[in-house]
Amino acid sequence: MKKLKSWKEMKKAGLVEPASSLSNKTGEWKIFKPVIDHKKCIRCFKCVIYCPDLCIFEKDEKIERNLDYCKGCGLCAKVCPVKCIAMERARK
Amino acid sequence: MKTKIAMTGAQAAAEAMRQINPDVVPAYPITPQTPIMETFAHFVANKKADSELTRVESEHSAMSVAVGASAAGARVMTATSSQGLILMSEILPIASGLRLPIVMNIVNRALSAPLNIHCDHSDSMACKDFAWVQIYSENNQEVYDNTLLAQKLAEKAELPVMVMQDGFITSHCVEEVEILDDEEVAEFVGEYNPEFSLLKDNITYGATELPDYYFETKRQQADAMEKAKKEFIEVASELSKLTGKEYGYFEEYKLADAEFAVVAVNSSAGTAKEAVGSMRKKGKKAGLLKIVLFRPFPYNEVGIALKGKKIAVLDRSESFGAIPPLCAEIKNSLSGEKVQSYVYGLGGRDLTVQEIESAFDDLMKGKIDNKTKYLGLRE
Repeated sequence: MKKLKSWKEMKKAGLVEPASSLSNKTGEWKIFKPVIDHKKCIRCFKCVIYCPDLCIFEKDEKIERNLDYCKGCGLCAKVCPVKCIAMERARK
Repeated sequence: MKTKIAMTGAQAAAEAMRQINPDVVPAYPITPQTPIMETFAHFVANKKADSELTRVESEHSAMSVAVGASAAGARVMTATSSQGLILMSEILPIASGLRLPIVMNIVNRALSAPLNIHCDHSDSMACKDFAWVQIYSENNQEVYDNTLLAQKLAEKAELPVMVMQDGFITSHCVEEVEILDDEEVAEFVGEYNPEFSLLKDNITYGATELPDYYFETKRQQADAMEKAKKEFIEVASELSKLTGKEYGYFEEYKLADAEFAVVAVNSSAGTAKEAVGSMRKKGKKAGLLKIVLFRPFPYNEVGIALKGKKIAVLDRSESFGAIPPLCAEIKNSLSGEKVQSYVYGLGGRDLTVQEIESAFDDLMKGKIDNKTKYLGLRE
């Protein structure tokens, strides 16, 4: 998990510079995270299409996750036709 | 060079605004603030000030325009009173939260209901926790000086500042005011070059901060307020070089050797000086502490100034169900001294010299308890 800035390191008044969404990880508060069973996956990429935060994507014909921004909504698991995505607790 | 001019408190505020010559002045009229904007509008119409005088449909809009213009990088001033200030209240913590150095003259007036246009401090005291610096002014001269001081302090501390004066008592009464030259004021306040502005920088003002960052941003504001105390003195000493007057967190009037002290803000401090003078003539060791800087509050310094005295605090506003606001701060500055709280003058009722003397009499007789007493109220 990314270390958050202290008040002394932050810009005043919550001012935000361009492209700061790259450094500002927004997936920290998720309760559940998707866990993929690649053996069951049929590479239909339906999850890639449905993920509202582009957190599931295709790489080398395999699906991968970006948990920095995933909010754990579970849409990917819901739409998977072969149920190869399980939602597991992201933190204890 | 200093020029002496007879003017009202409202005119003194407008004169300081003309000399500061802000970029944008959003304005909405309200009694008893109106003569400030009326006077300033004359200056703009007669090309004595270059400001963009924006007439808006409410005080809520006035403060919203102030926030937008200030974030864009403009130097912004406005003024209001009473209900107008309360209508602005949604935007006031946005101005301070975004660290925008807006300067606003407040002409203190009672809050409705019942409807009342006269002086008390319920309006500005209701805004004491919005992270605006608050400076109180005894008379017309102080309105002028404090407005200049406020402008420089706001930009140094990156905090908005309210400068208070009493409705009608100060705002509509004529006194002699010593005015600096326009060039001196221009040099004193200098060019406004904000660290970030919407027109100059690729920056977003007012983005969401969730539980991971909001708390830290508030901590920065607390730090800025704490630093503003020192910055107030720095700016005050610079102004002092121009005016030859001394400025501080508070004024001590015959306080050093006093056994009995009253504490007050704004014009009542003048009345209290009269009462102190009359008590001294009777051989009583009376004194006054007049608070100038109410936010940030100078607890340690006040504690030292009032140490060992018997104290009466005069509040022109209530904190219903709690200790009145000025008295609460005085009590927080002290350890063990006896403090009697008095509320007076709500809705513009006059405070007389005799009433303040009666408070001194109470102190001398040891009539001090935890209950708030009232001056000039029919029981």
